[in-house]
Amino acid sequence: MRSEQDFLEYVQGGGQVEAGDWMPDEYRQRVLKFVEMHANSELMGVLPEREWILRAPTLQRKLALTAKVQDEVGHAQLIYRVAEDLGKPREAMFADLISGKAKFHNVFHYPTRSWGDVGVIAWLVDAAAIISQKALLKCSYAPYARIMKKICWEESFHILHGRDVVLAMVTGTPEQFELVQEALDRWWGPLMQFHGNPIPAEDDPMVHWRIKSQANEDARQQFLDGYVPQIRELGLTVPDPKLRKRDDGVWEYTEPDWDELMHVVTGHGPKTEERLAFRARFLAQEQWVRDAVLAA
Amino acid sequence: MDNEQKLLDLADDELIVGWRDSEWTGIAPMLEEDVAFSSIAQNEIGHARAVYELLTDDADALAFDRAPEEYRCAPLVQLHLLDWAHAIARRWLYEVADEIRISALKATLPLAAKIDREEVYHRLHAAMWHERLRDTEPFKDAVALLWPYALGMLPGAQRDELCARVGLEPVEAIERGTHVPEFTALWDEMTMVRRSAPAGAQW
Amino acid sequence: MNEWEVFRQERRGQPFEHAGSVVAPDAEFAEAWAREQYGRRGESVALWLVPRDAIHVVDRWADEFDLKYRRVDGYSIKARLAEARQNAERLKEARGQRAETARPR
Repeated sequence: MRSEQDFLEYVQGGGQVEAGDWMPDEYRQRVLKFVEMHANSELMGVLPEREWILRAPTLQRKLALTAKVQDEVGHAQLIYRVAEDLGKPREAMFADLISGKAKFHNVFHYPTRSWGDVGVIAWLVDAAAIISQKALLKCSYAPYARIMKKICWEESFHILHGRDVVLAMVTGTPEQFELVQEALDRWWGPLMQFHGNPIPAEDDPMVHWRIKSQANEDARQQFLDGYVPQIRELGLTVPDPKLRKRDDGVWEYTEPDWDELMHVVTGHGPKTEERLAFRARFLAQEQWVRDAVLAA
Repeated sequence: MDNEQKLLDLADDELIVGWRDSEWTGIAPMLEEDVAFSSIAQNEIGHARAVYELLTDDADALAFDRAPEEYRCAPLVQLHLLDWAHAIARRWLYEVADEIRISALKATLPLAAKIDREEVYHRLHAAMWHERLRDTEPFKDAVALLWPYALGMLPGAQRDELCARVGLEPVEAIERGTHVPEFTALWDEMTMVRRSAPAGAQW
Repeated sequence: MNEWEVFRQERRGQPFEHAGSVVAPDAEFAEAWAREQYGRRGESVALWLVPRDAIHVVDRWADEFDLKYRRVDGYSIKARLAEARQNAERLKEARGQRAETARPR
């Protein structure tokens, strides 16, 4: 199979592509860019949560949060490996991440302020992520689809942990309840932007090539459907007065700030620079270790 | 030495070295090592918890609700070592010393055998890194710096064994019972969320 | 690059399945790292670690002469089975009538 048309029909018919297969340049580039952004996101996602490992208020929470963040690093490893097998070296991906040439998801550009954030992130950010990740189980690029199984399985633990943290706090002191509400107030905007602007599936090249199989808006609706009731049943308020479910089952909400999303993912989030500098610092500091160990 | 004191030495060492090691989550030199290192940190915390539970019904209170000067962890584990050579040198020295200590405890403490079986993998990991880096300047410098601290981890009677195992001559040890300056910052960060709510609050 | 392919066995008796790869300088590092990446939750009872170079890939086949006898779709037994069943019914009836006529009086 050597023509783009044949390849397109093949993937649109459910065909799976392996690393060694011939593929059109556009397909290869799109897969690589998507996978690279996902890997970067897992790696950068570690940083907002890492500091709270050190501050965890019980041994159980410390273990659970360390394990969760460990999983994110593990996911980064799995996903970078997929990109490496597509031809891009890990060092090059780190360099592009640090320089801002490559992107990572919006949610990881924001600060964390309290233990309330720990619960909200593990519960709701991971929930938003798992929706996208489940859809990626059907990705036409097989090496990527295969690792999604492990990723989704591990994410399910995160959501449980996050919800448990939130539950402990909303049934704790009034101050603890407030910490959760306040965190939710700050995270709701980024969460609503997370799945991206509502480009219809027919117009999305990623769906065209069967790299993605779910339209952005479908993912967002799935998130709202699953989690708004769960948030409200705890007595928490979703900070969007326009949020409501119509009779036809579709959720209406205040239009997310797409300008903010673009601004943030292009490297202008509140914590972007600081976190990239932190990454860069350790990468530089430990280069000698990689040289000593990985060189033949 | 009082048995309870020995156990608290062990538990506090494991808690604090686990706490220090958990700081590498996300920033280890390679992703594959990051995942493995994090497991070691979690195991150490797990060991601390198991030992605390021999001493109290409320392991969290014992782990987190003491004043800094009440912790019995050795200065070795208190040091803030956020560069790999030092972190892995400490790992290596700690595991060699810990093996001596755990072996001595096995006779009287069933839990020690259980801990020991998990520590096998920590020792393999530390030995693996030691093998790779032993001839590099950063690692050699780190071992030299940490050696007096490592000696101070063990009671006097066990120090000759440690010297023999790591192949170093004894020096003046930095003894358990002192707290290095950075321990205050560690304690502060470790307990800040817990202290933000009244005692007994659920998390 | 030093890729080590990881095959994991989820439960005793099951096949070893490819699970991913780690980049490691030797078997010792590969083991230390694969243990945690593929087993920290007790999800594997065993791992096989294989340097990528040791894997010999086979992914091209000649199938020029459509040797159907080797495949399930090479046998369509439905029509013949229907015929054989009808035969069996007729034989059964025939045996039954002979038994009738052969009965002692």
